[in-house]
Amino acid sequence: MATPKTETLSACVDSYGSAVGMPQLCGEWMSNQIFWLVITLLVIFFVLSRIALPRIAAVLAERQGTITNDIAAAEDLKAKAAAAEEAYQQALIDARAEAARIVEATKAEIKADLDAAMAKADAEIADKAKASEAVIADIRANAMASVEEVAKATATELVGALGGKTDEKAINKAVDAQLKG
Amino acid sequence: MASEAKSEGLVFHPMDQFIVKPFFGEGPIEFYTFTNVAFWMVAAIVVVIAIMVLGTSRRAVVPSRSQSIAELAYGFVYKMVEDVTGKDAVGFFPYIMTLFMFIVTANFLGLIPTSFTTTSHFAVTAILALAVFLTVTIVGFVKNGAGFLGLFWVSSAPLPLRPILAVIELISYFVRPVSHSIRLAGNVMAGHAVIKVFAGFAAIATIAPVSVVAIVAMYGLEILVAFIQAYVFTILTCVYLKDALHPSH
Amino acid sequence: MEGQLAHIGAGLAAIGSGAAAIGVGNVAGNYLAGALRNPSAAASQTATLFIGIAFAEALGIFSFLVALLLMFAV
Repeated sequence: MATPKTETLSACVDSYGSAVGMPQLCGEWMSNQIFWLVITLLVIFFVLSRIALPRIAAVLAERQGTITNDIAAAEDLKAKAAAAEEAYQQALIDARAEAARIVEATKAEIKADLDAAMAKADAEIADKAKASEAVIADIRANAMASVEEVAKATATELVGALGGKTDEKAINKAVDAQLKG
Repeated sequence: MASEAKSEGLVFHPMDQFIVKPFFGEGPIEFYTFTNVAFWMVAAIVVVIAIMVLGTSRRAVVPSRSQSIAELAYGFVYKMVEDVTGKDAVGFFPYIMTLFMFIVTANFLGLIPTSFTTTSHFAVTAILALAVFLTVTIVGFVKNGAGFLGLFWVSSAPLPLRPILAVIELISYFVRPVSHSIRLAGNVMAGHAVIKVFAGFAAIATIAPVSVVAIVAMYGLEILVAFIQAYVFTILTCVYLKDALHPSH
Repeated sequence: MEGQLAHIGAGLAAIGSGAAAIGVGNVAGNYLAGALRNPSAAASQTATLFIGIAFAEALGIFSFLVALLLMFAV
């Protein structure tokens, strides 16, 4: 066996600084461990129960409250948004109806104007046609008279040229009969 | 004995990491000596304060990262107490939170290389488990009086079986602090000792890579165990407290 | 001689770790089977799962402890 490296200070450590048996079962260290363990546990307990846990509980409660409030606010805003949407849709429907109404009115107005203008134009056309007819009739009558005159003159001349006696009455009669027939 | 291995090449001292030493210098260990146990317990206090007090100091409604860790731990333990023990047990919440925060911090601090794992010592976990045991017993008798003994008298069993069951229940009740403490210390110590054994194998060049990979894998498992054991200790405390508050099965 | 017998005993005690592994696997496997059958109830039973695993594993830890005691404390 080699010489011991250190003085042994404990029955649980051999002269080489290695454990004799299980260090866990060394009775002379236990009081030290228990003493420091009790101090540690007390300190942790007081720190936790006095400072840390109430603080975390408060933070969690505050967060829960904030979340609840935020959710309520969000619900509120959602309802508002839905109402606004509805109002918008309503306004849209109203505007559509209004537009349709205006279109109808305008159409009717235009139609009335158009009808009036049409009627006026028709009347004017009718007038003009009547006037034209009158003129045409006039012209025709004139032309007829001219034809009669020309025919009578021609007949007189023809009869004269053929050596007959120009009996104006007979010629007129014959020409009239021819014209009528 | 392990001392025979000293003269050979391969040296295993898996238990040396659990030796209690004075933190400053040398000397005998009195109960007030500032040992490595004391140092790592104070470190646990500092870490708990850093997480739970400094992290939440801004009291932000929208939490920062450190604050959400504290809130996560709070919510985790609070929900556990509420679900397992019942709504009338929230008065015990600071006590259970203390146990959980201490164990989980000590376990994770123990995973720092060359650190000392306070929860690997039976003296420490036994005190924790005994505190739970005493709390449960006292609370049970204060809240229910003699009715707490109904916990051992299984009224749903046939009458001839009840005395036998009462003995079994009584034994299991008194074994609770033993298993409660040994489970925590044993799990933590086992992981650390196994890592140390693998580290010992790393001295042989041919199997050193395997050993290193094994250490990494064990370390990952230990991270899991560090949390799971804190969780199990806490939830078993809640279960025992439920027995004390509502002893009828 | 006595120390060597203690080492043999420690090795025998380590068998308990395997038994605990069977127990933990049984708990976790049955939990998984139940959880797949009724996934909606799975989340509420994780606490029970961990309690069951802890109880099963504690016995393995006891055997480990016995092994350690035989190795280092006898």
